[in-house]
Amino acid sequence: MLFQDVFSKWPMILNGVWLTIALSFVAIALGLVLATAMTALRSLAGSWAGYVVDAYVELMRNTPFLVQLFMIFFGLPQLGIRLNGLEASVLAMTLNLAAYATEIIRAGVDSIHKSQIEAGLALAMTKWQVLKHVVLQPAFARVWPALSSQFVLMMLASSICSFVSVQELSGTAAIIEQDTFRSFETYIVVTVLYLVLALSFKLFLNWLGRKLFPQVSGLARLTEAHGEAA
Amino acid sequence: MPAVLIEGIHKRFGALEVLKGVSLSVDAGQVVAIIGRSGSGKSTLLRCINGLETFHAGKIEVAGHTMTQDPTKLRELRKDVGIVFQSYNLFPHLTVGQNIMLSPRITKNVPQAQALVLAKEVLAQVGLSEKFDSYPDNLSGGQQQRVAIARSLAMQPKVMLFDEVTSALDPELTGEVLLVMEKLAKGGMTMLLVTHEMNFARTVADTTVFMHQGLIWESGPSKELFANPQTPELANFVKAGAH
Amino acid sequence: MQTFGWPEALFILRSAGWTLALTAIAFFIGSILGGAFAIMRLSRLRWLRRFAAGYILVIQSIPVLMVLFMSYYGLSALGIELPPFLAASASLSIYVSAYLAEIWRGSIESVPRQQWEASASLAHTTAQTYRHVILPQAIRISLPPTVGFLVQLVKNTSIVQVVGFVDLMRAGMLVNNATYQAFQIFTLVGAIYFAICFPLSRLSRHLEKVMNASRSH
Repeated sequence: MLFQDVFSKWPMILNGVWLTIALSFVAIALGLVLATAMTALRSLAGSWAGYVVDAYVELMRNTPFLVQLFMIFFGLPQLGIRLNGLEASVLAMTLNLAAYATEIIRAGVDSIHKSQIEAGLALAMTKWQVLKHVVLQPAFARVWPALSSQFVLMMLASSICSFVSVQELSGTAAIIEQDTFRSFETYIVVTVLYLVLALSFKLFLNWLGRKLFPQVSGLARLTEAHGEAA
Repeated sequence: MPAVLIEGIHKRFGALEVLKGVSLSVDAGQVVAIIGRSGSGKSTLLRCINGLETFHAGKIEVAGHTMTQDPTKLRELRKDVGIVFQSYNLFPHLTVGQNIMLSPRITKNVPQAQALVLAKEVLAQVGLSEKFDSYPDNLSGGQQQRVAIARSLAMQPKVMLFDEVTSALDPELTGEVLLVMEKLAKGGMTMLLVTHEMNFARTVADTTVFMHQGLIWESGPSKELFANPQTPELANFVKAGAH
Repeated sequence: MQTFGWPEALFILRSAGWTLALTAIAFFIGSILGGAFAIMRLSRLRWLRRFAAGYILVIQSIPVLMVLFMSYYGLSALGIELPPFLAASASLSIYVSAYLAEIWRGSIESVPRQQWEASASLAHTTAQTYRHVILPQAIRISLPPTVGFLVQLVKNTSIVQVVGFVDLMRAGMLVNNATYQAFQIFTLVGAIYFAICFPLSRLSRHLEKVMNASRSH
């Protein structure tokens, strides 16, 4: 096996890694904002808004990401909206992630007991303050692990963006393979890089979870200590 | 030869020593109650007798088997030693009848027809003949515990162990379970029971063993032991009622 | 230029059969592998546990697309030529096995520890304990997430078009290349995927509700 042919392309590979990370982060950030907005919309606005959000979530969760991406990249131009591969990818990833995140955050919100909301209102908080401090913050803390795995899945799914000629990690793999004719070596290297990326994502998200929601890890420590004593 | 012989059992959980050299001998047909505060090691001792817990030093012989880690020999031992748990542990996906027939069929190759007769017999013994086709979830706690006893009996054990079998029950349901156990005791079954039911220990058990800090602190014929505690620990324990 | 009409729509609809066939094969082979890995993951032998855990971690940490490329382009470079349908089935089976192994390990572990104890105390062997006591309960617990995962599998079959296998997705792309009416075409393709996935999603949720109801009484 000849890995040096593949390694000689390292600037290109590095570029691919960077683009995969950037795509994922932008989509995760935008997707989370959108998901939070949809969650808030569902719980604050009238029931019709809830139906619209539900329909959106079901639609996105029950169709392949690739179809969504092609709809945006090939379908939208027919309606006069022309996006390049990168723009289409960011949009598709954001919309896809938002649907999954909405579903996950909903589960977290549902787990907040009604008496908590009543307690918040009784303390003269506004509806918005209750939503922010009493509902969303603890809900996010509870579902952070589920959200984290969804983020990692999204990063892995970003490989599909190579189908609309985005030069992220798997897109560069196709080019290097054509240049060097070393398919097996190329895909080994790229697969290992994905593995490293996924594990780093997981570690980073765990660390971020501990920083953002210290009360949860505090609780975990408490139960651990209790478990040892029992 | 005694039905159960325990010699110098030591057991640690990490740094915590829960059994510090326990020895006990139980003759065939004898009923022994083990009492003591939670954390005294009484449940751990009972679970050692059918190999659900391992121990670090000592020796256990029960129903003619020597306690071992060897899976085949351990299974032979368990065919002769039944245990009933605090939380019943019936198999929720099987009916009462299936719960009882499963083990005789798969461990002793008892034919289906014979297993059926056996199951009806032991179920009648605990007074639940009409529940043969019910699922455990549809029974009360007391009924579930009686089925658990029947399930053990169907293995035709030589020794039965009872691990706080009434502790999870509402007070009004403990009576029916204790009644079944009393009947078993009168029928000559060798029984070891960890219990909080002081009255039951005093009236049904031949011998009562009081455990404290991982040791057998005091033991003797039940009526004497309760009437005349020799140590201040047992005196306090009896005075405080259960727990 | 050709336009998108009934013959094209029918062609797309028929290709959905291949998507279903691929799903069925990958699920079948993946289940067998996944079951084996789930049991290995819970084995008493440490090296077996670690091997299974490593396999699951690696497959879950790389894109399905890479598994597909490795088994198609990669192996062909080494002189092993897999036909597209075989490469697609093999790579999707590998993908399925890792996820099902993890779902099923979780299901087995969520059977209460006392059930293992009760079974052991009745002189059952480990195999008998699995067969008569643990698996019947674990399978019930695993039904909702397994059906839920089936939805992920159906959607992920869409990427095999890249090795030239004509499934629902590839059919849509072929028609698009001929007619350039992407909006209508991918609406149809998406609708067919939705028609397969949505009932499965509902079934998964329904099973979960039934399960929760039976647990609480």
